[in-house]
Amino acid sequence: MALLDIQNLRITYDTPEGVVEAVKDVSLTVDKGETLAIVGESGSGKSQTAFATMGLLPHNAKVSGSIKYQGQEVIGLSQNEMNKLRSNEIAMIFQDPMTSLNPYLRISDQMAETLIYNAPDGKRMKKKDAIAECVRMLESVKIPDAKDRIHLYPHEFSGGMRQRVMIAMSLLCRPKLLIADEPTTALDVTVQARIMDLLVELQEEFHMAIVLITHNLGIVAGSCERTMVMYQGEVMEQGLTTDIFGSPTHPYTKGLLSAVPRLDQDEERLMTLDRSFEAQMAEEQL
Amino acid sequence: MMVDVQKMEQFAENLAAQEEVKGRSLLADARRRFFHNKAAVVSLIVLSLVVVFSVFGRTIAVWSNEEIDWGILGQIAELGAPNIENGHFFGADQLGRDLYSRVIQGTQVSLMVGVVGALIAVIVGTLYGAIAGYTGGKVDNVMMRFVDIIQSIPYMFVLILLLVVFGRSLFMLFVGIGLISWLDMSRIARGQTLSLKNKEFVEAAIATGVKPLTIILRHIVPNLLGVVVVYATLLVPQMILTESFISFLGLGVQEPNTSWGALINEGAGNMQYGTLWQLVFPMFFFIITLFSFFFIGDGLRDALDPKER
Amino acid sequence: MSKSEPILSVRDMRVEFQIKKQNALPWHKPDILRAVKGVSFDLAEGETLGIVGESGCGKSTLARAIIRMIPAQAGEVIWQGRDLMKMNPKELLGIRKEIQMIFQDPLASLNPRLTAGQIIAEPLKTHFPKTSKDETKKRVRELMEKVGLSARMINRYPHEFSGGQCQRIGIARALITNPKMIICDEPVSALDVSVQAQVVNLLMDLQKELGLSLLFIAHDLSVVKHISNRIMVLEFGDIAELGDAHDVIHNPQSPYTRELINAVPTPDPIVERQRIAERRALAAGT
Repeated sequence: MALLDIQNLRITYDTPEGVVEAVKDVSLTVDKGETLAIVGESGSGKSQTAFATMGLLPHNAKVSGSIKYQGQEVIGLSQNEMNKLRSNEIAMIFQDPMTSLNPYLRISDQMAETLIYNAPDGKRMKKKDAIAECVRMLESVKIPDAKDRIHLYPHEFSGGMRQRVMIAMSLLCRPKLLIADEPTTALDVTVQARIMDLLVELQEEFHMAIVLITHNLGIVAGSCERTMVMYQGEVMEQGLTTDIFGSPTHPYTKGLLSAVPRLDQDEERLMTLDRSFEAQMAEEQL
Repeated sequence: MMVDVQKMEQFAENLAAQEEVKGRSLLADARRRFFHNKAAVVSLIVLSLVVVFSVFGRTIAVWSNEEIDWGILGQIAELGAPNIENGHFFGADQLGRDLYSRVIQGTQVSLMVGVVGALIAVIVGTLYGAIAGYTGGKVDNVMMRFVDIIQSIPYMFVLILLLVVFGRSLFMLFVGIGLISWLDMSRIARGQTLSLKNKEFVEAAIATGVKPLTIILRHIVPNLLGVVVVYATLLVPQMILTESFISFLGLGVQEPNTSWGALINEGAGNMQYGTLWQLVFPMFFFIITLFSFFFIGDGLRDALDPKER
Repeated sequence: MSKSEPILSVRDMRVEFQIKKQNALPWHKPDILRAVKGVSFDLAEGETLGIVGESGCGKSTLARAIIRMIPAQAGEVIWQGRDLMKMNPKELLGIRKEIQMIFQDPLASLNPRLTAGQIIAEPLKTHFPKTSKDETKKRVRELMEKVGLSARMINRYPHEFSGGQCQRIGIARALITNPKMIICDEPVSALDVSVQAQVVNLLMDLQKELGLSLLFIAHDLSVVKHISNRIMVLEFGDIAELGDAHDVIHNPQSPYTRELINAVPTPDPIVERQRIAERRALAAGT
């Protein structure tokens, strides 16, 4: 059984201008311990799919289809059940680590809170034990002097360090699935490389599956077994990363790959995306 | 048939290619949102009715605001009640003057005080705040400390002193209210300017060499409008309240001129004689106008809120 | 002026900021942050110089100091034989029409209350106030077509355009005074990959056609390599490396440049995985 199984997911929004379809008929599966990349540009519905899985969509969103986590339907779960799932099974990290951390609380308090109220074994943890565990986790995401730094405030960390803190926090409850929504977009390249290396390492250590949502084809190539390409709420193509990058079948994927300038090749001129496939897609739908 | 359709399409396309597409400005968007807000629209209608009443109400009045109805004088409580037949639609006041005409007069004065006060606040306050915020540094410091100093003087005391020293007149009232109304506005405008100043479009204008005053007028002030307009609609009732309070103290407008505050004051003073209408009518206009302004302000705030974008 | 003489030469540029210490009292001396520490370079006519570096390296500060948008502590900026730093405001205004700028955030760099036409016309109105209305409009329409926007859109407001289109408006605004040099501050980093390719191509075409000199600031090494003739790598306000684009990428001299290049992921699974393996082996070795 797949860890996460999404079938025919559709997300629509009612707006004053009419119904907007953010995600149209998306199906995907994630197995235990594997890494799936969802690649797409802005407005492709990649983040919406992730938010639906976490039950984090705004109230005016309408979701249909099915999202099964370990065989259990996630759509329609109550807030309470969803919270339990979020705290113990699925974790998510976001693009901007600053907005996901409370600037008025010390890192130690924010991290320990998760453990005290949602300990993996269901019992309440003592604060001292919780902090010790947090320090261990910070050490495993390679924050130097974790013992002292845990008592700092979020703004006293650099961007890369903050993202490490976020990752450590999301791993505290040993999730089986980690959804990373553009985890390195706000970071410098050298920091990005370190964070990606860290994620791969942690994945092996904690045996978790990762869904990596990104627009950066480079980091997908390096660390994801399977890739799904999305455009305007639809799945264009999915399969093994090596296949998709090596011999893309969909014109959008081809266009996307050739539009990226590469360091190791000298191209005369960047290919721009030929959008004629859109007309073809619209025709097929009719 | 097929050819025809193609031709038509091409024709339409050519037409479209020549024609410039009309843009949908942020203000147009806001207007659409505003008119979706029922409370605000109703308030706008009510407010327009009040304005229409104050401008054209005179035409159906039987009595002027100064005439004294000798026929009912002395028996106001018995004969002065609202009555369509004798022309006192809202009844008469303690001196036998027609309350309908008096309320119209009061409405005019009160609305004028409110609008003039708010206008001074908008023009002086916005420019002052925008200039202080945009220039920054020492100029900003001096300008804002000046505002601090004025604001630290109890303004009611100053206002009363002004009215006592220079005599009670409508003009003095405007001066007094104008002096204080722009202070808060300048603070708000300055705060907004500080955040606008770092926007890239202002940087772009600086890089192009646009003059500072042009930047303020073209790039800063129009983008302050949202906040300013909302604050101004909330300021109008505040000004009306201030004037009413002064008039209630007996220092505001002078007889035979009147305002809502003065009328309410009289009405409240005569309540014991059983002439409740003298309080109810001015109070009614006072309250619906204030409510309308508050709802319109709320509606504007929601409509102009950029978070919805 | 001979052809080989540079159009712009910057000598020993220094920019410092004063930062107030926390809990500092008025008579305490503020800390000094040296954002740009003595940078010198030349820019030839029709040449593109790429400036790369990670966040906080001073690349944007340097660009703004060159055109005196922020004050520099020391240095010379020789523009066509005259020192920009010593000019009075009136002379400087004359220079402003020759050096224009393009910004990072396409939407934020356009005043939301003005139409596309008004935005593009602004530099013209500033420097040639006597231009007639018809003439201005003709120029604006001409430029809109040139940057690939339909002139019909002249009365539209910024929020009605996509990110790529907004950036084209920004480019049209920069071109309207026929400048000799354009400073591009991260012009494509906020855009989607496919749109990024279009804008990069547009900039390259315009440069060829109009003989512009470009200062192209970006953090994305691949884009910079693609567009630039020469590359300058900045590290904490210092030049780490300055040289021919091809040489800098394929034969980097400074360790910092090497680190940067190694961190940039390649959108090719086979190459990328090999690179990551090498990187890890290197990290394990040290």
